[in-house]
Amino acid sequence: MNWNFIKSRMLMRMAILAVCAVFLGASYAAAQWQPRKPVEFVVMAGKGGGAGKLSRLFQAIIQKNNFSNQPFTPVYKSGGSGAEALVYMRQKRRDSHTILLTLNSFFTTPLRQKNLGIDIETFSPIARMALDTFILWVNTDTTIMNLNDWVAAVKAKGKSWNMAGTGKFQEDQLLTNILEATFDLKMTYTPYKGGGTVAKNLAGNHTNSTVNNPAEQDSWHKAGKTRPLVAFTPERLGMYPDVPTFKELGYDGMTYYMQRSIIGPPQMPQEAVDYYIGVFRKVHESAQWIAHAKKKSLFRDFITGQELKSYFLSERDKHRVLLAKINK
Amino acid sequence: METFWHLMDGFVTSFELINLFMIVLGVVAGLFVGAMPGLGSVNGVAILLPITFIVPPTSAIIFLGALYYGAMYGGAISSIMLGIPGASTAVATTFDGRPMALKGQADTALIAAATASFFGGTVSIILFTLFAPPLADFALSFGPPEEFALMLMAFATFVGLGGDSILKTLFCISFGLVLSAVGLDILSGEPRLVFGNPSYLAGLITGDKYYLAEFTIGFMRKISFLVLAIGIYGIGEMLWTIETTKGGITFSQANVTLRGIIRTIGALRKNIPMMTFGSLLGFFVGILPAAGATPGSLMAYGMAKSFSRNPQAFGTGIVDGVVAPESANNAASTGSMLPMLTLGIPGSPTTAILLGGMIAWGLTPGPTLFSEVETQEFVWGLIASLYVANTAALVFNLAFIPIFVMVLKMPFTILAPVIFLLCVVGGYVPNLNMHDVWLMLIFGLGGYILRKLAYPMAPIVLAIVLGPLAEESLRQSLSISQGEIWIFFMMEKPLPDQFFTEPRIALLFVIMSVALFSFPLVKMVLNARKQRQS
Repeated sequence: MNWNFIKSRMLMRMAILAVCAVFLGASYAAAQWQPRKPVEFVVMAGKGGGAGKLSRLFQAIIQKNNFSNQPFTPVYKSGGSGAEALVYMRQKRRDSHTILLTLNSFFTTPLRQKNLGIDIETFSPIARMALDTFILWVNTDTTIMNLNDWVAAVKAKGKSWNMAGTGKFQEDQLLTNILEATFDLKMTYTPYKGGGTVAKNLAGNHTNSTVNNPAEQDSWHKAGKTRPLVAFTPERLGMYPDVPTFKELGYDGMTYYMQRSIIGPPQMPQEAVDYYIGVFRKVHESAQWIAHAKKKSLFRDFITGQELKSYFLSERDKHRVLLAKINK
Repeated sequence: METFWHLMDGFVTSFELINLFMIVLGVVAGLFVGAMPGLGSVNGVAILLPITFIVPPTSAIIFLGALYYGAMYGGAISSIMLGIPGASTAVATTFDGRPMALKGQADTALIAAATASFFGGTVSIILFTLFAPPLADFALSFGPPEEFALMLMAFATFVGLGGDSILKTLFCISFGLVLSAVGLDILSGEPRLVFGNPSYLAGLITGDKYYLAEFTIGFMRKISFLVLAIGIYGIGEMLWTIETTKGGITFSQANVTLRGIIRTIGALRKNIPMMTFGSLLGFFVGILPAAGATPGSLMAYGMAKSFSRNPQAFGTGIVDGVVAPESANNAASTGSMLPMLTLGIPGSPTTAILLGGMIAWGLTPGPTLFSEVETQEFVWGLIASLYVANTAALVFNLAFIPIFVMVLKMPFTILAPVIFLLCVVGGYVPNLNMHDVWLMLIFGLGGYILRKLAYPMAPIVLAIVLGPLAEESLRQSLSISQGEIWIFFMMEKPLPDQFFTEPRIALLFVIMSVALFSFPLVKMVLNARKQRQS
């Protein structure tokens, strides 16, 4: 009887010790913030486009290498040139489990739709992952081989020359307008849901030209359906060494990038921001990401924190000027 | 012949032990995911995608393909047993499947659905095997004008051959189109019909305006088609059943012996024409980049009704009304893998996630997937395992029917609250949002009232699914043609002295749409003349 009593007391002590150990462990874990549920990885564009593909690549890299204890699940909110995603993010104020993969519509959409009342300064910057590049494309059924042919063809067709792109007043339309202004052209711009659809419509001859990213058009180019003409980059792309740049053809101002950054909602807790910076820094250094960026002509350019915030603000100013030109 | 050898290699791949195991696992998981209202193949594939990172890519896609198939089969189960579409692809199955169950023929409906699914799956895999590369080129020739003309034809089918009152059908389509216009406009980025000035969205945290903003934000997301379907077919149907039966439904003892199943399958011989029709149509709609299994099954139901000798019988619980959409949705799910594999464009939300998986496994979908040697094992392994998965899904589905039928033995006074609960969960889960639940309840009540007034429900559902696709492609087409209508008939703008240039595929659909729209008019004239003669 007595013996049993001692045994049960020992058990009790052991139990208390065990509970203490668990609490200690838990408090140690709490010191380093970690997501408690799957992270919603919002994309402000469609599934088939460059941003959609990139989000799934990041998801896979994070998952395969165990960079996070929770999966990152892409959610596509392409409506209204990304307005849907931005409104959604603002709703998620202070949330630690929602992040957004941005495009340049991050700058243009709030400028265009002032009544949304979105100020990108309020979002929590996490990391800039890459700068994506643009190329002018035509279908291989045409005889257009270079920029001069293209300008002549557009001039001949006038307004009925169709340019397909992603969304209204987004980077594709900005580039279309830059082209119009530089070469004194008039074209019709038709918006589609995503870059993948745009690429497919050029391959199927439903539009005359596009300014797709290399990643979006590459498989069609390999299949012999589409032809790259000129790149909007300062230097030739490793992927297409034969394609000249606007800069070398004498058009200096025609350099344009698409930034791919990760941001959090307004007032995201600092420990969560730090956590995601850590995750994406690991992604930035991963072999898969380096290989992918090389293959797809992406510039890996990692910045974060205050530097990223000031980059966002300067890009916003740049886009404000570009949009003002369109509206004239 | 080359295709044949590729396929044989594929079978060798799919019969590897791990792959067979993956098929069985996928099919069973899919059946249950599909049968749960609110969870569809999309959720299933999304939730289970991470598991596939631990097996080789070929086994992974085989698993997901099997899951996709299983969910297509499973979706029919709750459509028939509870009247709630288990997945969006099974909405059309409720039109006749639910009345069959109420008549005490649930087992026949389930067996017919399973058999039709198998039939549709098989026909489309064969078509897929034979024509994948050339069909990819065909899908490429579909631009915005073709997409719009096809949508127009779908609407025309419902108006011209619907069998219901024309005016009521037109009203329901228009109503559905209005619902589909709610939310952010894709092409201009402006919010429409969101019940509020969007400037209220601007960071209003306090006061009454906050609720208004929440409300508006909910509408900005667009009205989800699943919310409408669950409301109308789940809640509306439940209210209707309670009213008509006063809770006192008794079901005849279901016949679920093996011999009974075989006899029922044998009796399906006379529905083979309908299944063939559903399969072909479903496959065709599936391969189009914009459509997918949900529009496919709805269109198959509408067309089946129109070609039937007695369209009036549709909706009252007939086998043809179950086999047409069920064969079509399986055929379309196979078909929608085609644009995913060959164009890199997902035909449905589920294939979008599959596409994500493929990219993660280091495969690049697109026109080169079929031609490059290193990816051929993957592609043909997937195709061959679709054959195996289809057979496995049929066997498992039939085996589970007795369990499903047991649900029927529950009295309706118990079943009704269960249905209500499942509807609420099903409305909440896709967006994790109460806004959708309220909407779903409103639609349920509205659906019940419209039903009492004998308005057809299917056109509303069709319009909210196809409305956004139709609007987008119409506006894109007109943007290309500078606002002129020639784009729906010919390739080039005719010169002033020309009447017509090269015709385009859209022309065929336009002609058929016009014919379908004018069909009721012709019928009216003929009837009037007949009456005058007699």
